[in-house]
Amino acid sequence: MSELHRLLVRVAFRELDRRRRSSAIAGPELDDIGHQAADDALLAILAKLDQFRGESKFTTWAYRFVVLELSMKLGRHFWRVPHPPPQGDEWERLPDRFGMSPESRAEWIEMIRALRQAVDEELTPHQREIFSAIVLREVPLDALVVQLGSNRNAIYKAMFDARRKLRQSLAAKGYV
Amino acid sequence: MTSWPKLESFLQTDPRDVGCEQALAVLHIYVELVLAGEDPELRLPGVTAHLSACGPCNEDFEGLLAAVRA
Repeated sequence: MSELHRLLVRVAFRELDRRRRSSAIAGPELDDIGHQAADDALLAILAKLDQFRGESKFTTWAYRFVVLELSMKLGRHFWRVPHPPPQGDEWERLPDRFGMSPESRAEWIEMIRALRQAVDEELTPHQREIFSAIVLREVPLDALVVQLGSNRNAIYKAMFDARRKLRQSLAAKGYV
Repeated sequence: MTSWPKLESFLQTDPRDVGCEQALAVLHIYVELVLAGEDPELRLPGVTAHLSACGPCNEDFEGLLAAVRA
């Protein structure tokens, strides 16, 4: 048991190091997250041991729990640091985010208007909330899961359906 | 080809996409297929479709792959 925990701690810290560029966490907070992820992963593994079917090495199956625990904890950590509300119209940053240059504004301005109209008219309020958070405000999906008290699968599915609707709307107008 | 390929790619959805729950449930198997040099898309096409569209699940895949390789 202690050997498994030692391995889980090692995986947790290597994974935190791999994600350091995107998570920007350091010091005691990093240590806390790493150890908590390993501890919680061990508990989850022990609780689900009967679900291990031998379809992979045991360590591969077990390491998955640490990786998933880290993702959840990093999603929670997102809200522990202040995020100032975005200035101005969130839609104005969208073209840059999708690689549309100001020089080619004449090409994309009508398409962006059509996209905005589709968001307003085609999406459900729940889909619109998720689209606005993820696409316009760039909230990480796992952080949105925490904020909405949901789960990754549900948020992804709502976004998946929103993407499909928006594409259909833009296609009907000849933009994609 | 439009002038906004990134947006078009983002809006594209794959009907084979199994979603996060199913993809994560078999992530350990998927990773071992990759490590064995097999093409995981042949056995788990819906997972491949999902990982190509879901940033967080793909990050978990990369993390598990790195953990097992270490």
